[in-house]
Amino acid sequence: MIALVGVAKRFAGKVVLAPTTLEVEEHRCLALLGPSGCGKSTLLRLILGLVLPDEGTITVLGTPVTPATSEALRRRLGYVIQDGGLFPHLTAGDNAALMARHLGWDEARIRPRLAELAALVRLDLALLARYPGELSGGQRQRVGIMRALMLDPALLLLDEPMGALDPMVRRSLQEDLKRIFAELAKTVVLVTHDMAEAAYLGDDIALMRDGHILQRGTMRELLDTPADPFVRDFLRAQRAPWDAEAKEETPCSATA
Amino acid sequence: MLRHRLIAAVCFVALALSLLLASPARAAGEKLRVGSKRFTESYILAEIAAAAARSAGAEVTHEQGLGGTALVYRALEEGSIDLYPEYTGTIAEAILHTEGRPDLAALRAALAPKGIGVTEPLGFDNTYALAIPAKLAAARHLVTISDLAGAKDVRFGLSHEFLGRSDGFPGLAARYGLGRDHVEALDHGLAYEAIARGSIDVTDVYSTDAKIKRYGLTVLADDRRFFPSYQAVFLYREDAARRAPAAFRALAGLAGAIDAGAMIDLNAQAELDGRTFASVADGFWRARAGEAPVVAQRRSSLFRGILDVVRTEGPRHVGLVALSVLLAVLVGVPLGIVASRSRRFGRALLAATGVLQTIPSLALLCFFIPVFGTGPLPALAALFLYGLLPIARNTAAGIEGIPAPLAEAAAALGLPARAQLLRIQLPLASRTILAGIKTSTVINVGTATLAAFVGAGGFGAPISTGLNLNDTNLILEGAIPAALLALGAEGLFAVLDRVLIPRGLRLAEVREGGG
Repeated sequence: MIALVGVAKRFAGKVVLAPTTLEVEEHRCLALLGPSGCGKSTLLRLILGLVLPDEGTITVLGTPVTPATSEALRRRLGYVIQDGGLFPHLTAGDNAALMARHLGWDEARIRPRLAELAALVRLDLALLARYPGELSGGQRQRVGIMRALMLDPALLLLDEPMGALDPMVRRSLQEDLKRIFAELAKTVVLVTHDMAEAAYLGDDIALMRDGHILQRGTMRELLDTPADPFVRDFLRAQRAPWDAEAKEETPCSATA
Repeated sequence: MLRHRLIAAVCFVALALSLLLASPARAAGEKLRVGSKRFTESYILAEIAAAAARSAGAEVTHEQGLGGTALVYRALEEGSIDLYPEYTGTIAEAILHTEGRPDLAALRAALAPKGIGVTEPLGFDNTYALAIPAKLAAARHLVTISDLAGAKDVRFGLSHEFLGRSDGFPGLAARYGLGRDHVEALDHGLAYEAIARGSIDVTDVYSTDAKIKRYGLTVLADDRRFFPSYQAVFLYREDAARRAPAAFRALAGLAGAIDAGAMIDLNAQAELDGRTFASVADGFWRARAGEAPVVAQRRSSLFRGILDVVRTEGPRHVGLVALSVLLAVLVGVPLGIVASRSRRFGRALLAATGVLQTIPSLALLCFFIPVFGTGPLPALAALFLYGLLPIARNTAAGIEGIPAPLAEAAAALGLPARAQLLRIQLPLASRTILAGIKTSTVINVGTATLAAFVGAGGFGAPISTGLNLNDTNLILEGAIPAALLALGAEGLFAVLDRVLIPRGLRLAEVREGGG
């Protein structure tokens, strides 16, 4: 579904992604895990063609990502960012239906699709008439997911979708996302710095640091056979609340 | 919703165009456009000429107070006016730039190749003179200009034109050996007030100036005969004389008809008695015809005056502002969009803004006269330029101010660039853009008062006349409606903000503002 071969990116001379080769298989959820600034968001934006690689090639759904192809490709990708990325001048419903309207869908097709998606993300249909400013953070994020799913894309790219939510809303949304991934059989790339979230939603995990993927595998593999001391430290750094007496120093405390 | 806004915009254009272009229907027959410079005598002589031409059946418009010599002469040359009152000395010095003192025949010979004619002198000489308070003159025994050379502490307050021309102060100072230590440049209209307040002692006046008496001044004798003769004549276009022979026959009747005493009296009627120029001219013709003068038409009360100004000049003023701002929106928004895309262009735009704002409005207006002539066009061009930059700058700032994740979200949806601009970026920037349009409108309501100086009319017309007459009421008749219009524009934009800005955007700003 997604294949990166030797993809590298620098911003103003600084390496944000070292040459990286990565493949995401169909119907799987890959969690890109790592501290802030490790290059995981840049990787998503490269897949979307929002930034162009300095080296290497990216193929999405069998098509190389180039300025000429990216616009059409993006319509087959669903992209969700922190806080939903909703446009404040449009109602929730208009946000979700923006692209469909642009493509000329008529209302008879849009309305049932919105109802179907609202049910899927468990959002009260009446809320679609509201503006983003009138919704809670969790509601906005559900609308953001509806907007991403509107055209029924094969791929979902989520960039810290739960980053701005409080723990209870986050938990409920995580559960809904897991159900949605399974129900719709989407291929998903999820960017997060939350280990529990990566473990819960990801079929496998790629742990990143300083533009490198240090290790890729299931959470169990990462825990049992860390490929790098940083992998072990990063995973340990995220302690459970009941784990109060574990007071080891960690070299990198890039946690949530 | 979008369609409604479009309809509103189209109505706005139509309204603005109709207001600007609305002018009374013209009858067939001779047509004459009379111009005047910005001082009382020029206004009165122009009105007298206009009345003469009207009595001969011509249809006459008077482009009042177009500016100084260079401006009005240029208007004549390019045909936006047909004639205006001028003085022989000015023709020689400021128009033909000749050395020596050519006589009338020489002036005619020099102007003929340009298609411009000179009428017979009207009968009086309005030469430059230096005036000084009579009391001061008596106390210091100052009778002639030569006496000034000995009085080194006397302070000069001189008009810019007089200071600049070689037959003005530079030549005068050389001839009489006057010092230049106490010389200040000021607007001619303000010189009398300055002399009355005692902040200056000597100023340049015209020898037929009514205010010489009003302010208790005395004219110093030109004992070395420095000032050339300034006989009043009309300069006219030869083609206009051919086109309107009857009107020019009537004008010929003015040869030798006004002597210096008569001119001082006419000036005094306008300046001291507060009569309108038209009624002074009317009185002149009635007196010549041996008719009894009608009850002098005095300028009306301030309130009535304001109502009159709003009725006569309001549509033109509003039209100038509306049309210039509309054009500025049509050009400024695309410019701003381009500037938001290209950093280099954006910087150039910002630099241009700075430069343009430093050019005085009046200079910018005059700059367009060679291109567009006088009247509404140069005013429109200047107002358009003034309005353009706040709109372009705010458009660029509004688009650049969109949070990067939102801008990326629009691209990530797969919206084409054009749709991203129209559906996302412009609506998100709409509030900033509207604020820019508001700035432009308010600036232009004020700047449009200067449009009168290039003959475009508007609320500046009574202001410019009032400045020349030193008539506060007349100035207020223009200034008050202009100020009210600026306030009205503020109110209009508060309403537009409610109507045009998407509700969700206002919510978003409340949310951000509230933390």
